[in-house]
Amino acid sequence: MRKVACIGAGMTLFRRRLQETPKEMCWEAARMALDQAGLEIGDVDAVVFGSAPDAFDGIHMKGENVLDACGGIGRPYVRVFTGGGTGVFSPIAAYWHVASGLFDCVLVVNEEKMSSCQPHPQSVFGHIWDPILDRPLKPNLVWIFAMEMNRYMTVHNVRYEDVAAVAVKNKRNAVGHPCAQLADPHITVEDVMNSEVMAWPVHRLDISPPSDGASALVVCSEEFARTHRIESPVWFAGVGWNIDTTFWTDRDLYFPEYLANAAKIAYKQARITDPRRQIDFAEPYDPFDYKELHHMEGLGLCKKGEAPRLTREGVTQRDGDLPTCPSGGLLGVGNPIAATMGIKVGELYLQLSGQAGQRQIPHEVRTGVTNAWGDLMQFSSVVVMRA
Amino acid sequence: MTAKEVRWPGKELTAKEFYNKVTVTRYRPEAKFAWSAGEAMSRFLAELQRGRLIARSCSSCKRVLFPPRMFCEECFRPTDAWVYVRDTGTIETYSISYIDLDAKRIETPVYVGVVSVDGASPKMGIMHYFGEVAPETIRIGLRVKAEWKPAHEREGSVLDIRYWRPLRRGE
Repeated sequence: MRKVACIGAGMTLFRRRLQETPKEMCWEAARMALDQAGLEIGDVDAVVFGSAPDAFDGIHMKGENVLDACGGIGRPYVRVFTGGGTGVFSPIAAYWHVASGLFDCVLVVNEEKMSSCQPHPQSVFGHIWDPILDRPLKPNLVWIFAMEMNRYMTVHNVRYEDVAAVAVKNKRNAVGHPCAQLADPHITVEDVMNSEVMAWPVHRLDISPPSDGASALVVCSEEFARTHRIESPVWFAGVGWNIDTTFWTDRDLYFPEYLANAAKIAYKQARITDPRRQIDFAEPYDPFDYKELHHMEGLGLCKKGEAPRLTREGVTQRDGDLPTCPSGGLLGVGNPIAATMGIKVGELYLQLSGQAGQRQIPHEVRTGVTNAWGDLMQFSSVVVMRA
Repeated sequence: MTAKEVRWPGKELTAKEFYNKVTVTRYRPEAKFAWSAGEAMSRFLAELQRGRLIARSCSSCKRVLFPPRMFCEECFRPTDAWVYVRDTGTIETYSISYIDLDAKRIETPVYVGVVSVDGASPKMGIMHYFGEVAPETIRIGLRVKAEWKPAHEREGSVLDIRYWRPLRRGE
């Protein structure tokens, strides 16, 4: 397989409500990514589009709706979908487009506009459940996260303040992100613990906000980067993805086995045998604070049940030994589902090319890992990148 | 995103602006569905109406699969037989929810979680409500039993079980 680089990133503001349509947001992000790479749409061979359930936008076949804004007309164009895992999965799709030798330069555009759904995007989450087993119970999606968080905390005897510390860290990290929706330099663990209970043990500030937003990346071959004199390409070192059963009530939720399986694929390709030592920083998917901990363990960055201690000891702070979510994450920057690509794979690219500005990790970083998580708590996509 | 970038695209709207000031078009979908319950779930629902829980067994991996399914996803072969499981089980995890389907706050919290069912393979269960519990008494590992609706009120739905409640002495 050929070496594949990321050479440009763009994103819109992440906000509760944006005036722009899905198309307009896509176009802004795509144009910004091309500008950053110094390219024009004519340089692009193929386009990958990513978005989560159509029901948020209320437009089925959303991929076709935003086609022109993504530069897809007259090109090989494909929409990929792995639910909440799409943010890290569409860059993987772009990777295989290029690694296979089929294309030299691929534009990836991800978009989500959750504000269109009335009165709250939560309402359409009701449509993802099994119609016979689950829907009669009138489930709210927060339930399953609450159940997973409770199981994780109970099995490992985790203190709630150690979970809340993740929300504090990420919302503070987001202060340096110009697109952030919920950055807060003064937030404390007490603020999180005292926010209202949504579905115990989940409190309001444990959850990332619904957002509108779009992001884009430019991905290319080694030869393309060389001939176009790209200054600081960042390389895909390994990719992986994996999914567990949709019968989620048949699994022990305390550990994301599917993520460990996905990481194994990515680490094998990246020749990583000891992730804790060989990986310098991480952007674990953090739609909820406990998910960062869950994902650190699934990614093998620490032992099972050890992530809360690392957080408490400051290891995961931006200036710590293993910075996690230096972008500010979904908790701080926002959660326009698939568009979180901009703060996951996008942040790996910016940190590894030294372009993260105020958010730049103060010590040298060479290798980063990120993941996203989705479908019905059962899927993870993993990308390892190197400077 | 980078020091070079000066303009971050996107114009934020407040709720007031969104609902009063900008041009908005509205639409309410009129989508209706009727699902055939299929082989496994039709029997499962019929048994619920009779006040019983049923699973399927796989003679290859020896698992008792619950909820029932007509094929074993691990052995990738048809399952072999119908097996009744018990209406008792263990709370694997739970939540106490203060929000409804639309994320609106509710007065009386809902106890909900996963019950692994006795007689099925380990950890195999369903999501359901819990009753006759309080925040102080509900816990992971608690032994519970289904509280069925009276026979004449059952209609072949997971709601034929009103909730799962703690096992009583002698049960």
